[in-house]
Amino acid sequence: MTDNRFFNRSELIGILVLAVFLVLVLPLTLDVFRLNLVAKYLTYAFVALGLVVCWGYGGILSLGQGVFFGLGGYCMAMFLKLEASSVANTKIQSTPGIPDFMDWNQITALPLFWKPFSSLTFTIAAIILVPGIFALIIGTAMFKRRVGGTYFAIITQAVAAILTILIVGQQGYTGGINGMTDLRTLKGWDIRPDHAKIVLYFFEVGCLFVCIMIAQFVRHSKLGRILVAMREKEDRVRFSGYSVANFKIFAFCVAAVFAAIGGAMFALNVGFMSPSFVGIVPSIEMVIYTAVGGRLSILGAVYGTLLVNFAKTSLSETFPELWLFGLGGLFIAVVLAFPNGLAGIWGDYVQPRIDGLISSRKPKPEGWTDSSVADGAPAE
Amino acid sequence: MFGDYSLGDLGSIFVMQGFAGLILFSVYVLMALGLAIIFGQMGVINMAHGEFMILGAYVTWMTSSFFQSYLPSLFSGYFFLAMILAFVASGALGMLVEWVLIRHLYKRPLDTLLATWGLSLILQQAYRSVFGAREVGVELPQWMLGSLHVTDSIEVPINGVFVMCLTVLITVGVAYVMYKSRWGRQVRAVVQNRIMAGAVGINTEKVDRYTFGLGCGIAGVAGSAFTMIGSTGPTSGQLYIVDTFLVVVFGGAASLLGTIASAFSISQTQSTLEFFMSGSMAKVLTLLAVVGILMLRPQGLFALKVRK
Repeated sequence: MTDNRFFNRSELIGILVLAVFLVLVLPLTLDVFRLNLVAKYLTYAFVALGLVVCWGYGGILSLGQGVFFGLGGYCMAMFLKLEASSVANTKIQSTPGIPDFMDWNQITALPLFWKPFSSLTFTIAAIILVPGIFALIIGTAMFKRRVGGTYFAIITQAVAAILTILIVGQQGYTGGINGMTDLRTLKGWDIRPDHAKIVLYFFEVGCLFVCIMIAQFVRHSKLGRILVAMREKEDRVRFSGYSVANFKIFAFCVAAVFAAIGGAMFALNVGFMSPSFVGIVPSIEMVIYTAVGGRLSILGAVYGTLLVNFAKTSLSETFPELWLFGLGGLFIAVVLAFPNGLAGIWGDYVQPRIDGLISSRKPKPEGWTDSSVADGAPAE
Repeated sequence: MFGDYSLGDLGSIFVMQGFAGLILFSVYVLMALGLAIIFGQMGVINMAHGEFMILGAYVTWMTSSFFQSYLPSLFSGYFFLAMILAFVASGALGMLVEWVLIRHLYKRPLDTLLATWGLSLILQQAYRSVFGAREVGVELPQWMLGSLHVTDSIEVPINGVFVMCLTVLITVGVAYVMYKSRWGRQVRAVVQNRIMAGAVGINTEKVDRYTFGLGCGIAGVAGSAFTMIGSTGPTSGQLYIVDTFLVVVFGGAASLLGTIASAFSISQTQSTLEFFMSGSMAKVLTLLAVVGILMLRPQGLFALKVRK
């Protein structure tokens, strides 16, 4: 009855609760600085959401999501940087009208691949298409040859390493290790003052919910069921006549595009982009957000991201030494004790009690956790 | 590009550049050997492998400091003791980690990856707390300094030659243990068919633990050798981990010969390219070539099979 193509009742309640939390509770209780921090955390939630689709449902662990986050972020940052380096703003440079870091690196003309990024339409298309096509190429090359699992993880990690070294090494074209800083306006609208931060926060939350809806749709469609089936018994799906590789490529591309949107939001909200969000370390940290939230839970990914980042900020403000111990311990604890993360704890311990309080005859809702993947025990 | 050099100079440059590549090759082989045993034989992704290596480096550093302060007369020979200590320390830590963590995760390789990454973060922070964030370097004994003059224009550093000899010895040792000894036969039996190996009376859990310990111990020796050519910091291990995994995957996970061949080709490509362009571009091109070849030939150079 309430189970349509997008969500069942408990998922609908969950989404509404998250919406109230993000749209009403946080903006009303936090000052602009903290709200901007939340906006920064939420950019990672896009990546975590993509990983739920790709890793949780598809069983493909990508350790290179930072690559797509970075590609999206750099596309956005290139547009903003070009706008910030108009001839009027950069007249003290030896070549006015090009970004400052190019001038420092003795580059005298705008490189060819930068030119289209002066158009916002092109930039938005590039944010989606560049990472999407890149993921398509990697995915096709790997999955068509039936390379998966740990090999795929290592290759994506190598890609993350390559892109970081490339960005850092080519500082004349990319801004090097410092990245692209001093981003100012979007089509003449200043993104730095407080009211702009608030507008951008709500815009980001809107985009996040669009992505959540897409993920919900994938999950409840036949496609999502095939993904899960493939994760559990790949060969049977293949023998049933499905092209396993194509479904994997699709899941990987969705994750890549989500991550890229997150990266673009990052450049807008935080006002810079640097290779420190591209490499191996940030990519693996993004995986832990998903793992903490619960790799099967779409909403859990958002909560997990917020929780880990809040813990990181507050712990590293007060005890910088302890943070890495905490993060390392979190990795181990999530894997050993809570393979389904927060959502698993919620579904196993909290939800049944709430249901018990509300009514004793309602059956246990299913949407919150599917089954415990990690133990491989099928629920049905 | 070549205009300023005579033919003889160019030859010398290639030889010395090639030798620099051989030192890199030694480090890759030493690190990859341990990983090839753990990843190739057991299928466990140990992201903390670099930290086991750094543990060996720190043990070597401590031994050298100890000899300097208390036994200066024996200083020239400290390295051999340090190497054994590094092997024991890393191996023991490896067996402990296997017992506490890894043995619960054999059926979930991707989760092992996350858990060992967590372990590597903890170890890095532990090193930083204990040894400080600054890099430490060991003082080399007198006989390892200087270089050999092969011809007028070709010089090779002695510590590099020493590390290479060490690599050859360890490689031969590992090959002997894996392919000739009774224990190596048990390891291979467990890898090929765990259930049948158990049925014929092999204690598979014990074999797993010792295999993991051996892999980590070799990483410790690699770290020990690493101190001869570079300084050690809490995060030095992380710099090498992706390269090492690529070496193992590129060679074909289960093949020792493949590991050596791929370490050789990767390190030689990189050090030859470094002469023509900046270090970062050389690295990018090398890694791109490796990833490209792996996309065309996912089973690696010498592999039996990785298809699932």
